[in-house]
Amino acid sequence: MAERARRQRLIVGTVVGLAILGYLLWFPQQQAPADVRLWTTAIYFGIAAMGLNLLTGYNGQVSIGHGAFFGIGAYTTAILVNDHGWSLLATIPVAAALAFVVGVAVGIPALRVKGLYLALVTLGLAVVFPDLTKKFVRGVGGTNLVRVPSASLRPPEWMPGGLQPDQWGFYLALTISLALLGGVWLIVRGRFGRALIAVRDHEAAATTVGVDLARTKVLAFALSALYAGVAGALSVQVTGIANAEKIGTFNLSILFLVAVVIGGTATVFGPLIGGFLVVMIQEQTTDFVADPPFLSGFLSGKEVLSPAIFGIMLIVLMYFLPDGIVGGFRRLLRRILTRRQPAEPLGASVAP
Amino acid sequence: MTVFLSQIMNGIQNGVIYASLGLAIVLIFRTTGILNFAQGEMALFSTYVTWELTRLGLPVWLAIIVSMILAFIGGALIERIVIRPFEQSSPLVLVIVTIGLFLAFNALAQLFFGVEAKALPRAYPDRNWLIGGVSLRSDTLVLIAVLAVECLLLWALLQRTKVGLALRAVASNADSARLLGVSAATMLMLGWGLAAALGCLAGALVVPTTSGLTAGSMQGILVFAFAGVALGGFDSPIGAVVGGLIIGIADALTRQYVPALAGIEIIVPFGLILVVLLLRPQGLFGHVKVERV
Repeated sequence: MAERARRQRLIVGTVVGLAILGYLLWFPQQQAPADVRLWTTAIYFGIAAMGLNLLTGYNGQVSIGHGAFFGIGAYTTAILVNDHGWSLLATIPVAAALAFVVGVAVGIPALRVKGLYLALVTLGLAVVFPDLTKKFVRGVGGTNLVRVPSASLRPPEWMPGGLQPDQWGFYLALTISLALLGGVWLIVRGRFGRALIAVRDHEAAATTVGVDLARTKVLAFALSALYAGVAGALSVQVTGIANAEKIGTFNLSILFLVAVVIGGTATVFGPLIGGFLVVMIQEQTTDFVADPPFLSGFLSGKEVLSPAIFGIMLIVLMYFLPDGIVGGFRRLLRRILTRRQPAEPLGASVAP
Repeated sequence: MTVFLSQIMNGIQNGVIYASLGLAIVLIFRTTGILNFAQGEMALFSTYVTWELTRLGLPVWLAIIVSMILAFIGGALIERIVIRPFEQSSPLVLVIVTIGLFLAFNALAQLFFGVEAKALPRAYPDRNWLIGGVSLRSDTLVLIAVLAVECLLLWALLQRTKVGLALRAVASNADSARLLGVSAATMLMLGWGLAAALGCLAGALVVPTTSGLTAGSMQGILVFAFAGVALGGFDSPIGAVVGGLIIGIADALTRQYVPALAGIEIIVPFGLILVVLLLRPQGLFGHVKVERV
């Protein structure tokens, strides 16, 4: 019975996964560039959330400063492309590596600081980052805005199919997100993933069974920073700029955390779903308030309301799905499966 | 020397502001274990209410008192309606809920009161004394006095009354407190109400000293108040006050004396937190939670 259920779940999962992938591959061929860019945004949001989930979900270290690592990725890519003539694709590993290194540098002092105190120290990162760029980045007209040439947003020559920049960005983000999703999956199933969870659940007990506390926590920090850095690098392909004010490192850090929690903390797919939802809900509420199908007299000119709707939706969502979308889905699945069980004849599960 | 003292005075004035909001944050953390991200925006909203009341013709001091009462009721209602259903949830879920409140209050304030800056008059005469070349503003004096009275009243409430004892009992162990007949529900509402009223007072006193009331007024203050609370220890009211003052003074002195950090002065308060937390992970006045294995 359990074996059959698992096989059923695997088949259903594969079919659903392939269907979603097929839809995603088809999507940019049919949609307007603005919509494609929105979906690309949703994908790189999911990438950053996946990384934060490794740190917060699996390792229990709360960060509200990952917008800063996103910013590091975005500025690395934009500066290398604009000032040094790199191709955008080649900058992504550099952005990832730089974010990783800064992640290690932040992760080491974070070893001693725990819980809310750590959250507040990371908040400092997000708050300091825009000022740092203002002081050290010389972009358009001496401001901290770096704009990359529009030619750099086009796919490289060896790419077949004559893709538009928006389509290229979408496929690029999709490919990278799948690779990084695989990375999370491998980590979680492996030795390092079990170490992460052990440290989160009980530090003292984890050390007694031989987990290297410092190495595990710093590596978790650095890996999550790497994910955020990659997301930032991809954002340059979509927006064509790196700008700390536009990125809004503080808000972004909070939104990453929101994406992790509403998707499903410590689940493999949750953060991707959560990132998608955060981007889409915000977009939808903005559109709704700007052009409502009903209540139009009441809502006209009240665009400020959309964050309020988003905020209230967050609270409602947390009330009904405290363990996130994936957690809620799992509970639903379990309920369906257990309800079906009594219908089986007694002894059916005994192997012959 | 006068420059140094003037900067110290500036730092103290800002520090007192961070401390007032920090006190509200500590109060909620102490009673409910929640880090309330919405504290600043709740204060913002109630300051708008103060402004609205002065526009209706109330004298400023009366408007502040009335809006504090309204904030108390509002805070208690938020606890009852929004926070209570999450009583058993994980801390992370509660963080998301207060972030939701943060977004909602900020947007609602803009919706109800408009986006243009509002001028809120002072409740006291604006004076400026020169003592040995150092200027002393009535703003600074009033803010210090109010903070001192706040601390004294809070201390008296928590340490010298039955209600305070019940509040502390619920904070340290809600289940045991219930067994002893303390209504934890009432105490939690009381904690949120008090914090909201303190935030309202802080907002109403701060805004007249700035260029005006806008939807962004409280966010910078909240960040520094958080910094002060982290420095002093999340569970310590004294820590919030000392931490806030240190942050304010450090910021003012950096602006004056460290030109190399011009534009990135904000590094100093957060660097300071990091150094302090590395030496004392529970903050200056915080308590360590002992874990039994």
